[in-house]
Amino acid sequence: MTDRVARLRQRSVSARPSISVERARLLTQFYSTDATASPVLRRAKALAYLMRNKAIYIGDDELIVGERGPEPAATPTYPELTCHSLEDLQILNSREKTSYSVSPEVMEEYKNVIIPFWSGRSMRDLIFQEMTPEWKDAYDAGIFTEFMEQRAPGHTVADGKIYALGMKGLRRRIAEALEKLDFINDPEAQARSEQLRAMDICAEAICAYARRHAELAYLKAASERDPQRRKELVRIAEVCSHVPENPPRNLWEALQAYWFCHLGVIIELNGWDSFNPGRLDQHMYPFYKADLESGDLTEEQARELLQCFWVKFNNQPAPPKVGVTAAESGTYTDFANINCGGLTPEGQDGVNDFSYLMLDVIDEMRLVQPSSNIQLSAKNPDRFLKRALRIVRKGWGQPSIFNADMVVQEMLRAGKSLEDARQGGTSGCVETGAFGKEAYILTGYLNLPKLLELALNDGVDMRTGKRIGLPTGDASEFTSFDQVMDAFRAQLRHFVDIKMRGNAVIESLYARYMPAPFLSLLIDDCIEKGRDYNAGGARYNTSYIQGVGIGTITDSLAAIKHNVFDEKRVSLGQLVEALGRDFEGHEELRHVLWEESPKYGNDDDSADSIMKQVFNEFFDCVDGRPNVRGGECHIDMLPTTCHVYFGSVCAASADGRRAGTPLSEGISPVQGRDRRGPTAVLQSAAKMDHAATGGTLLNLKFTPKLLEGEEGIDNLAHLVRTYFRLGGHHVQFNVVRAETLRKAQRDPDSHRDLIVRVAGYSDYFCDLSRALQDEIIARTEHESFGA
Amino acid sequence: MTSTVQGIVFDIRRYSVHDGPGIRTAVFLKGCPARCAWCHNPESQRSDVELMHWPQRCVACGACVAVCPRKAVSMVIGPAQDAGDADGQGGGTQARPVIQFDMCDACGTCVEVCPRQAVTLVGRWMSVADVMDELERDRPFYDQSGGGVTFSGGEPLAQPDFLLALLKECKRVDLHTCVDTSGIAPPEVVQAMIPWVDLWLYDIKSVDDAAHCEHVGVSSRIVLANLSKLASASANVAARVPVIPSFNDTEDDMEAIARVLAELEGKRPLRVHLLPYHVLGEQKYERLGRGYEMRLLRAPSQELMERLARVFVREGFQTRIGG
Repeated sequence: MTDRVARLRQRSVSARPSISVERARLLTQFYSTDATASPVLRRAKALAYLMRNKAIYIGDDELIVGERGPEPAATPTYPELTCHSLEDLQILNSREKTSYSVSPEVMEEYKNVIIPFWSGRSMRDLIFQEMTPEWKDAYDAGIFTEFMEQRAPGHTVADGKIYALGMKGLRRRIAEALEKLDFINDPEAQARSEQLRAMDICAEAICAYARRHAELAYLKAASERDPQRRKELVRIAEVCSHVPENPPRNLWEALQAYWFCHLGVIIELNGWDSFNPGRLDQHMYPFYKADLESGDLTEEQARELLQCFWVKFNNQPAPPKVGVTAAESGTYTDFANINCGGLTPEGQDGVNDFSYLMLDVIDEMRLVQPSSNIQLSAKNPDRFLKRALRIVRKGWGQPSIFNADMVVQEMLRAGKSLEDARQGGTSGCVETGAFGKEAYILTGYLNLPKLLELALNDGVDMRTGKRIGLPTGDASEFTSFDQVMDAFRAQLRHFVDIKMRGNAVIESLYARYMPAPFLSLLIDDCIEKGRDYNAGGARYNTSYIQGVGIGTITDSLAAIKHNVFDEKRVSLGQLVEALGRDFEGHEELRHVLWEESPKYGNDDDSADSIMKQVFNEFFDCVDGRPNVRGGECHIDMLPTTCHVYFGSVCAASADGRRAGTPLSEGISPVQGRDRRGPTAVLQSAAKMDHAATGGTLLNLKFTPKLLEGEEGIDNLAHLVRTYFRLGGHHVQFNVVRAETLRKAQRDPDSHRDLIVRVAGYSDYFCDLSRALQDEIIARTEHESFGA
Repeated sequence: MTSTVQGIVFDIRRYSVHDGPGIRTAVFLKGCPARCAWCHNPESQRSDVELMHWPQRCVACGACVAVCPRKAVSMVIGPAQDAGDADGQGGGTQARPVIQFDMCDACGTCVEVCPRQAVTLVGRWMSVADVMDELERDRPFYDQSGGGVTFSGGEPLAQPDFLLALLKECKRVDLHTCVDTSGIAPPEVVQAMIPWVDLWLYDIKSVDDAAHCEHVGVSSRIVLANLSKLASASANVAARVPVIPSFNDTEDDMEAIARVLAELEGKRPLRVHLLPYHVLGEQKYERLGRGYEMRLLRAPSQELMERLARVFVREGFQTRIGG
């Protein structure tokens, strides 16, 4: 890493996130003076106003320029979506995790200007007004979350069109589309015209914004004493004069062109999962290769540029979230998840030299943003996988690994073309999408174990005593396991319907009141259709519902089947009563449920078949249903941090889990319940039909010792390749550190699965004597995790 | 048609990556003719079902005491396990069940009632079909990694009929097989296995017969004779040498072993693994209610291991420290 990059990285890592009022102030100024009737033209003009008036930042050492706020980590708010109250701001300022400093001046301006103007007019206000009492009850009870209550739909990724066309090319397309409008025969021609003109305003606005950077760079160059930096500033000015208006001519311009587009998207709205360049190695390789061949750039210079680009992502903490949204996604990370590897559009091995350069950068930069992943096809070489695994082994969680062939299969199943599928990938956490062509919005998490809780309590929420679900009958009178499943299915269908109705309303509200004309520029076929991204303009329009807690609900149902109906160790009535008391006075029963019942994650068909059953029920009641944007609903299996929130609203569960404690995450087994090693976990997880989803998330834990040496890497590579042969979508590795081992000492129950390599044999950590545990902890601490 | 013969198994471990090539499933057969003082798997030694006691799991409820038909368990008051409490009053007392293993016949009655699995039975009689069901489960991982099945112990050759039936069945369904053995078995048993074993992981502890008799309990001549047999039959052998302080941790010891390996007639061992002794089996002896004689030994240093490894390298063997 060069000194420059080290300094930029250090500044980015140490910047404390703060709330910037700049965007809210400018937007309020604009909205209080502008009276444009068309919502989409108004949004376009608002963006143009922001781009003309926001502060321009070019920091020392920077080569890639442009910030969302006035400086790194100064985080804007989006009062048109959520108008934070003074109380919200105080919470943001003072909360223990993911806080944002809020200055007294910001508070003052919010109190006097922002809140008076936006209060009652934000999308959040509008959404909550339009929701039914059933929806609100379910939301309050933690049956599901709602993604769009504080953030715009978003959830999409760039393809290569920015580099091929530039804004000029896109504006040409807009002009052609306007030309073709048939006002006599097409009743929507006027709406399309407004949309297209709005997109054109946005295209011009981002070019003007880039030119402002060029002007500032020239100005800074004029007063710069260091000749080297002066040259750089002049180069920055030249780059910003050329892109994103024109197609980039080299790697530097290509990276900068993307970055301006990125800023356009995240300044226009705070769409979920930020935005990201997608298949960066595919897009950058032609520029990189040409630069190297012409001698304009050395590999080291390319590396430095890419590292400067990396820092820009880390400078943008996620927009501030409060309430349930903060609980379901409690992180500064905004999920820009850059893809590497995979297939070419023609279906060949897509790994190139730039892929390896990216892996080097990921390794060296070690930043939480951007997130990174490799797309691994059977066609990709082992060298690529092993290079990635050597980073994984260092134990900080990146990159994650996706099955590129399965991702293609998922998209084909969902009706996308083969070429679009091969150019797609995964974003956010694990979500599959056709990059540059799809609006694949996440709509909310669904709390599967809570639905079982309602099924066991005749629709009554055990936490509040309120009946919010269907009266599915008194569980103590159920005489078969099928009746339990019937009650669960009834609750599931009921709440999915409530969620779907809410989604329809919310997606309609966004389509009508909160279009995204800038984002629409970047996603096919918004221009051709003359339709906004938020209104079904994309080629593919998917709404995902994400299931949470499949491990917990599987183990719960398996424990009920095994102990109540097969072994008859306890009646269902007694069991439900014990759950209501959080096992107080029923410790023996809890032990039986937790320790001596079939568990998902052990390649045990008696549990895994129940997992499949629950998965199929969830799939059947969501998949293929239409959404209001002309697309379909599909399911995902990922939690972000929602399994903790959902656990907090759940009573004790029949798998022996105590009330209020976290649910299982993703499709991973319940914490500590997988006891037969990694191959058994992978076999269990692969029994799910991953092709039927838009993404699943699996975590595997390892101690560093197990991954030592070339053999450790080889074996890990075999595990990944085999899981993918079996049809898995994604896997990521937690390499366990001493810290975790200490936690396991304090809380052995949740760490029963933790296997440590003792010496020539392996043993369960929790079964070792205290002294031996201490010895292993000490040894673990001496193992290097890299600098 | 699989065999009806049964055997006693004390563990089947998936994702075993140090006992042969690739990702493997290791089947540990119970019972061993040797009594190596340093054995880190004492539960592998006896060829019958045994009781294991896990004091860390015990909540001292006394259920085991109440049900034991042979009165082999009793509550004993002793110092509390975590001496010292919040009041600063160190060293409270606590009642804990203590098992008299000499009276226990591993009937399993206490295991049934223990609410915390603080007593378990080690050893399970299995049919060939039972074992094959387990082995088939990770086949995709073997296919990907060039892995397979390793029969270990205990001494797998001590259950020759069972092992032979398993090996034949494995080869019938095309699984790669390793046998991890001490070499202590009648020559005709070794002979019978040869066609069905892809790789032998073969322990050589010492060529000094007196020392071998003293520490292993069996003559080294059997071990060396069987090794010669394998070599002359061109079997694939990886030699494994446990390095035990004060038993065989000198260069002289290693040179003697290396010479024997180098002078074998027939196929040379493919490689040599030096396995450093470790102290960490000790706790298992306690769980089985047995004493451990090696308490005072220290693990050999990495530097020593490397020096010993060079002995084999000099003889032209591919040599590795570790499994």
